[in-house]
Formats: sequence, structure tokens, C-alpha cells
Amino acid sequence: MADVASPGAAGDLARNGLREVAARLARPAEMVVIPLIAFVAGLVLFGLFIALFGKNPLQLYGLMVQGAVGTWFSIQQSLARAAPLLLAALCVALPARLGLVVIGGEGAIVLGGVAAAALAPLIGGVPGVIGVPLMAVFAMAVGAVWIGSVGALRYYRGVNETIASLLMAYIAIALMNHLVEGPLRDPLSLNKPSTLPLAEALRIGTIPGMSVHWGLVVGILACVISFILIDRTTIGFSAKIAGGNVRAALLQGLPVGRLIVGFTALGGAFAGLAGMIEVAAVHGNANASLAGGYGYTGILIAFLARHNPLAIIPFALILGGIEASNGLIQRRMALPDATVLVLEGLLFIVILVSDTLYGRFRIFDPAYWKGER
Amino acid sequence: MPLIKPSRREVLRAGASGLAIGALGLGLPVGRAFAADITVGFIYVGPRDDYGYNQAHAEGAAAVKLIPGVTVVEEENVAETVDVQQSMESMINLDGASLVFPTSFGYFDPHMLAVAGKYPDTQFRHCGGLWSEGVHPANTGSYFGYIGMGQYLNGIAAGHASRTKKIGFVAAKPIPQVLLNINSFALGARSVDPSITCQVIFTGEWSMAVREAEATNALIDQQADVITCHVDGPKVVVETAAGRNAFICGYHANQSPLAPSLYLTGAEWNWAEVYTGFVTAAMAGEPLPNFVRGGLAEGFVKMSPYGPALSEAARANIDAVKAEILAGGFSVIKGPLNDNKGAPLLAAGTAYVETAIELESMDYLVEGVIGSTA
Repeated sequence: MADVASPGAAGDLARNGLREVAARLARPAEMVVIPLIAFVAGLVLFGLFIALFGKNPLQLYGLMVQGAVGTWFSIQQSLARAAPLLLAALCVALPARLGLVVIGGEGAIVLGGVAAAALAPLIGGVPGVIGVPLMAVFAMAVGAVWIGSVGALRYYRGVNETIASLLMAYIAIALMNHLVEGPLRDPLSLNKPSTLPLAEALRIGTIPGMSVHWGLVVGILACVISFILIDRTTIGFSAKIAGGNVRAALLQGLPVGRLIVGFTALGGAFAGLAGMIEVAAVHGNANASLAGGYGYTGILIAFLARHNPLAIIPFALILGGIEASNGLIQRRMALPDATVLVLEGLLFIVILVSDTLYGRFRIFDPAYWKGER
Repeated sequence: MPLIKPSRREVLRAGASGLAIGALGLGLPVGRAFAADITVGFIYVGPRDDYGYNQAHAEGAAAVKLIPGVTVVEEENVAETVDVQQSMESMINLDGASLVFPTSFGYFDPHMLAVAGKYPDTQFRHCGGLWSEGVHPANTGSYFGYIGMGQYLNGIAAGHASRTKKIGFVAAKPIPQVLLNINSFALGARSVDPSITCQVIFTGEWSMAVREAEATNALIDQQADVITCHVDGPKVVVETAAGRNAFICGYHANQSPLAPSLYLTGAEWNWAEVYTGFVTAAMAGEPLPNFVRGGLAEGFVKMSPYGPALSEAARANIDAVKAEILAGGFSVIKGPLNDNKGAPLLAAGTAYVETAIELESMDYLVEGVIGSTA
């Protein structure tokens, strides 16, 4: 860096201060700027794709903004869609700290929902303040066992967690169908097999002044708690080491097995909670509609957020917004539903590719600003 | 520490863009339709071109589009979650829809009921026949068709075409509607030749292409030479069966383009009849009926045009039975009738017409059907 002749000591101090700030912000800025550039690149690519079909990409993006944040109504739609995605994404992000790719969160979601609905008739007379947490705890336990066993299979038996979790999701859905159509079926649900409806006291309502249920707040809290766990505790630090190099972690005497089972179980617990919230806030019972695909969108969000629980929040909101605008795009531009899937897929690929850009730009290097290079 | 202060110009610019965004939002309701015209919303659970359940509804919507003064807005692949509630609300708020048809069975409770409570001035009509007076809001309603008769006619076609005397049915779930179709198909075939058996395989899902293909292949491996189905999108079943040179009876929509030479006939929905009825009533300012049902006679259900493989004898037989059905009072489920485990279901002299309430809680497979509901 060429030093500009400084007129006085005060100017020097100010310049040094600025450099200090820039050096400190360089790394966090990289975390924001690179995904942002990738995001914009994805939008441009998608725009070209849309133009190929003879549609106006600017109209599409205009509708997207309108459908996602254009009105208070649209904003609430985006928030409502983001709510289950927050918890679903954690089921991917937490195991990812240990280098595990778990993609079967959908299974824990449906089983968590079924667990909550199965418990509900047994605690029918209990007031909501006790009953709702009871259902939540039970659903989380079921989700934890489901995904935790994927972690256990990985550590103790060497079974690939990606395949195991995906296949177990199909088992979970089959199990749900069996329970909902068999032992847990409400005899009155003829053509749509469902469990008995939840008592009114066990339902989760909406946030006052909004049409969004409390699941949004729960999801955001879960992300914050996960961030603290990962970034501010020794457990999170141990997990990071085990994720980086298992052998090194074992040599250090870290309890790798317990970390793997613990983190997968925690992820599963959050997914189970998502299922319970779907049952208590949206459906009012458990039925086949529980397998709504949130677990799969959660994978996308976790990867977009690079498995950082705090980054999951904005990305879940963006994805919620994109999906909320999906309907408007279909209706106004007569584009098929797959349009938004193409956009999501493109964004996913572009952001994954952008991973290779980290550390390549000097301006994001603190040393550059300190004048060390 | 010196902070970067935004200039006044930057502040003004930011404020102006904020206002512009706000104005965009406020400007939205301006696009609403005029009172004379009407905007109608259709929501599908799967793709509009699935050769099945959703295509049948989309064809009905296409008929509505032809009515002058009607704007049709459509959404496909909408899950039976909070998604469909939002789609309905979005159609009402952003497009000014005053009549909404959420077409999937699972959209009714809690989704359509929840939205209907919030928008008492909007009319909702749901496909599936779940509405009951006094229980559900007055601005909601149901429509459905009796398609079991169509599967009975399919069965007659299959009975004439089958050489192995074995026919197959790929079914989604063992719920009353599906069981009635299976039983009707089997009874239709057995009215031609009582030695015919119908093997059923349940896939457990409304839409699960891989399992539908496996089930079709398994049925044909067991010598079934006529296949029909009750899944959301029959495309996979029809193409798989055609690939194995088995005859096909269609369901939901006309699948003959997928297998022109092997397609015998099919039981199709004719939602155009229902939707144009609702929409013209709404445009004339007449009150919409809350509960509408019909079968072949009312035009709610129709048969696909006969395929080239269907013999003259089969055509004559189907035409004769169809005439009886159209005349009214025809029963498919009638005594003496045993279930497929040999236990008596109906005594001689008992007969259920298609509107009989008893058929709506069907939980059995009749004699001649090989398979189990559980």
C-alpha cells in the first residue's frame, strides 16, 4: 500500500482507525458479500432461462417482490412459510458441524407430528400451558431418537448417514401412513385417514396482530440457541474439531461418538418439533399431508446458510418469500409451478460453487488492511 | 472512532425508495376485477398435465375460461398445508377472486374452512362431498361425482377383453371411494364372466410413480391382462401396462393418447359441467348451491371414447348397461354378495343405488377381488 502523505497526527489516527475497522470487518464481510454475489448471479442466470421461454424476467422479479414483501399480507405469507423451514434447516446444519450430511429431516418431521397427535388424546383434559410443552417434548424425543440413530449407525456401524437418513425418511412416512390409517385412525375420517383432532386447548395460536403462528418465534429461538451452542460453548468447539478431523479429535480425547449422536439427535429433535407445530398450529391432527416437503427445502436452506444457524434465519425468510410469490407468478404469468424449483436449484448450485471463492479476494484478508501485505 | 455518516441526499434517496415500495404495495388492490366480471381461482394438488385427477379439474377450468367476463387464476402443486390457505388468501387479496375451487380432498379441513371463516364474502366450493349444512360455513360447499358406475362399465370392457380371466387394479389407499371403484370394476368384469378375478395392489400413496410401475408389472407378471387404477396420475400405470402389452381401462381423464391401441375405455370426470354451472350462476347473481352431486346421468362423469381393441359385443354390452344406469335406479352393489373372505355382506334383495349413504363407509373387498384392505 502506498502511504499518502499525512497532513497531521489526527488524520493518521483516523486512517489507522478505519483500517482497524476494515481489518476486523473483512472476514464477516466475505461471509456476506460472496453469497450475495452468488445470489445475484443465480438471479441473472434464472432471468436468462426465463427469457429463453419468451417471458419477461423483470416482470417475474417484480411479481416476486410483490408476492414476497409487497404488502403486509405478502410479508405475513413469507413469514408463515419460513416458520417450519427454520427448524427443518437446523436438522441439516447441526450434524453438518461434524461433517455429516443428513438429508432425512422429513422423516423426523412426520414422526414428530404423529407423536404429538398420538399423545394429544391421552392428555385431553390438561391445560394448554402444560399440554403443549408435553407434546413438544414428546415429539422432540421421537425426532431425536430417529435422527440420533442415524448418527449412531454412522459412528458405531459405519453406515453412510446421508443414505441412511434419506431411506429412513421413507420408512418414517410409511410408518406414519400405517399409524394414521390403522391404530391411530379417527373412525370418522373416512376418505382422508387422520388421527383424532387435538383438543382446542392443545392448539397453538397465532402471534397477536399477525396471521403467523408461534412456530416462527420458536424457530428463530432454536436458531439462536443452536448458534450459541456451536459458537460459544466448548461442546460446539469440540464438534467443530471432530468435524474437521476425526483422528485429531480422538487423539485429543474428545468424545466423538457422543458428539455425533448428540448433534444428530438435537437436529432430529428440532425437526420433530417442527412436525408437532405443524400438527398443533396448522392441521389440528396428523395425516398424510404432514409430509409436505419441508425437510427437503430445509436442506437447501442449510446449505445456502453454510450451516450457520444465524444465517438460516435470513435464508429461510428469503426461501419463504420465494415460495410465497410462487403462486402469484403461476397466476399472473401462466408459468408452471416448476419455475420456482428451477430458481431454487440454480441458486443452490451457484452458492455451492461460490464456496470455492472464499479466501481468493485480497480485500477480505485482514492482513491486507493492516498493511501487512 | 469515525463513523461513515450518510449524506442528506442518501437519506432522502433511501426514504424515497421506501415510499415507492410502499406505494407499490398500496397500489395492489387497484387491479381488482369489476363487479360485473368475476375472477375464479382453481388450486390443484399436483401438476395440471398429469393425465389424471388434476388434469380433469384443469380441463374443467379451461371450459370456464371460455365464458366471457371470467378471469381464471390457477395454481398447481399446492401442498395440503398452510400453503393452500395462503394460495386461497392470495387469490382473494391479490387477484380479487370471488369464487375459489380448492380441488384436492385434503384442502377441506382445516384449510378451506379456516380461510372461509376469514373471508365471508368469498364463495368456496370443494371437490369431495364433505360439506354438511349447519356444520360448515354458508359460503362453502361441496361437489362430487359418482364415478363408481364408470368403473363398473370399465369392468365390463375388461371382462370382454381378458383372455387370462385375470385383471388388475393399482390402487392408492384402502379408503371408501377407492374400495368402491375396485369392487365396481371387479363386479363389472364378473357380470361378463363370473370366473374372472381381480387382483388389487395398494401403493399407499396418491402419487408414487415407482411403486405404481412396480405394482403394474407385478400384476402383469401374475397374468393380469387388463389393468386399471385409482391413483392421482394414471400416466405411469398406463404407460407401464402398454409397454407390457396389457389392455388398459382409464381413470380420471382420457389416457388414450398414451396407449392408443390398447386403451379400451375409461371412467372420466366431466368437471366442465360442474364448473360452468357454478360460474354462470355466480355471474347471474344467483345463490350458489352448497351441495352438488351427480353421476353419468347428470353429466358429472363420462366414458372415454371406445378404443379400437374393444369388441362389438363389449360395446353393445356397455351401451346397454349404460342405458340402464342413465334410466336410474341401477345398483352395482347388491345382494346376494359376499366379501372376498367368504363372509356374507348383503342378503338377496338388498341393493344400494349409487347415492346410497352405506357406500360411503365401504371397508370391504367383494368376492372375486384378490387382495386385502389392511
